[in-house]
Amino acid sequence: MTTFENELKNGKFVCSECIKCNKLVWPPSDFCSNCFTKVRWRQVSTIATLVEFSKKDDTIFCIAEFEGTIRVMGSLETKSEEISIGQELILAKCDYDKTERFVFQLK
Amino acid sequence: MRGVALVGTGLTKFTRSNISIESLMLLAMKSLFENTKNLAQKDVDVVLTSTSDNSKYLASIVSELAGLTPKISHSVESLCNSGANSVVSAFAYIAAGLADIALVVGAERFDSPGRILEWDRSRGQYKHPIYWSSMFTKAHMRKYGTTKEDLAIVSAKNHKNATANPYAYFEKEYSVDEIMQSKNLTEEIRLLDCSLPCSGSAAILLASEETAKKYTDCPVWITGIGQKTTSAGFTKNTDLTTMQSTIHAATDAYKMSNIQASNVDVAEIHDAFTICEIIELEDLGFAKKGEASRYARICYETQDRKINPRGGLIGSGHPLGATGIAQITEICQQLQGKAEKRQVQGAKVGLVQNMSAAATSSTVLILQS
Repeated sequence: MTTFENELKNGKFVCSECIKCNKLVWPPSDFCSNCFTKVRWRQVSTIATLVEFSKKDDTIFCIAEFEGTIRVMGSLETKSEEISIGQELILAKCDYDKTERFVFQLK
Repeated sequence: MRGVALVGTGLTKFTRSNISIESLMLLAMKSLFENTKNLAQKDVDVVLTSTSDNSKYLASIVSELAGLTPKISHSVESLCNSGANSVVSAFAYIAAGLADIALVVGAERFDSPGRILEWDRSRGQYKHPIYWSSMFTKAHMRKYGTTKEDLAIVSAKNHKNATANPYAYFEKEYSVDEIMQSKNLTEEIRLLDCSLPCSGSAAILLASEETAKKYTDCPVWITGIGQKTTSAGFTKNTDLTTMQSTIHAATDAYKMSNIQASNVDVAEIHDAFTICEIIELEDLGFAKKGEASRYARICYETQDRKINPRGGLIGSGHPLGATGIAQITEICQQLQGKAEKRQVQGAKVGLVQNMSAAATSSTVLILQS
C-alpha cells in the first residue's frame, strides 16, 4: 500500500506537498506536478467547503474542497434538509478498503 | 501538410454479445473491406487499434488475423475518446508523409474495464460515472434551471434517431414520460439518461490526397482537429456547468478549418449522459449558455436530425473504443449523402466531439465533403 492509502486506513487524510515549492500535490504523487521535486506528506485540514451534492437512495454524496485546492467526493451524513453550496463541512471519517472513503458532516 | 480524407467505413451491430475483442475488430474490418472499392490488404501501411480492453499487442494481432503487414501498428488508449484520438494519430502519420493508407479499428466488450477509472482517487468511493454526471447535472440545474424533462427530451430524441440506425443497440423509441419514469439511479439521473456499455466495433480508412480517389468518388476531408486534456481526475473540473476541454478542443478545430458552429450542418456529440449533450451544445457554440435545453427540444419536436443523427451514445450504445470511430463513420456517411433514413439533406460540414473521463479530455474534428 502507498503512504496515502496507509494513512487513510489509519483515519488520517494526508496529501503530498512539494519540499521545494510547497505546492500541495493532489491527487497524491511522489513528485511535485509543478517542479518534479520530491514531496513530503502532511495532514490535510479536517475543515472543507461543500462544492456540490446529490443523493442516491438515502445517501447524500458530495464534492468537498479542502484548503481551497483539494477536491474529493465523499458521503455527507446529515439529517438537515437545509444543505447549501459553500457550507462548511467537517471530515468526520476517512478510510481505505480497496478504495478511498471520505465521510463528511455539517460543521 | 498534405490533405487527409476518410475513404471507407465498416461497422458491426452494437449488442451485448460475449465475443472477443479481436473478433469484433475483424468483423468491422471485414465490413470495411467489403464497402471500399479497390482496397487490397497490401495497400494498408498503418493499422491502429482503439480500445480500453486489457489486450496486448492488439494492432499487430489483428493485422496478422486480417492478412495485413503494415509499416506502423499500435494501440491508442484514452478511455472513451480512444476512437477519435486514434483517427487523429492516423491523420498525423499521413499528413506527415509517413504513410498513405491507414486503417483505424476500435472495439469494446460490454464488460470493458474502461468503464471505471480506478486511478482517480478524488472520486473516493464514488467512481462509477453516474456520480460525476449527477454532479454536472445538479450544477447545471442549479445555475440554468435545467429540468428532468429537459434531460428526458435529449434521450427521447436520440432513441428516436437510433431507430433509423441498423447498427444501434436500442431499436425502439421511448416517450419523454417513459424516460422520466425509468429507474432512478440518483436524484437527478434515471436509467434512460445514460448510455449503455455494449459490445461493438467500428473501422475507418484514411488516405492521403494523392490516393483518396482510388477508394471512393466522394472522399470526406478532415479539415479541423482540436484536442485538449485539462486533467485526469474528475474533481479538477472547477466549473461543473461547462466542459473546459471541449471548449479548448472546439476552438482549435474551428480555427484550423476556418469555420464556426453556425456553419456545421450535422454533428455527432458525446452524450454519455443526457446532461453531456446539453453542456456540449453550449460549449461547442450551437447554443448560448443555459439555452441548450431549448435547442434540443426544438430538434426533438421538429424531428431535426442535425445533432446525433445515428442516435448518439444513448441510442446506439457506448462500446468505448469504438464510439469515436462510429461517430466519425456517421458524419462521413452523412457528408457522402449515404446515411439513408438518417440523412440530413445537403450536409456539407460535419463535427464530431468525443470526450473522456468526465470531460477531462476532449477531441473535436471538423469534416467536410
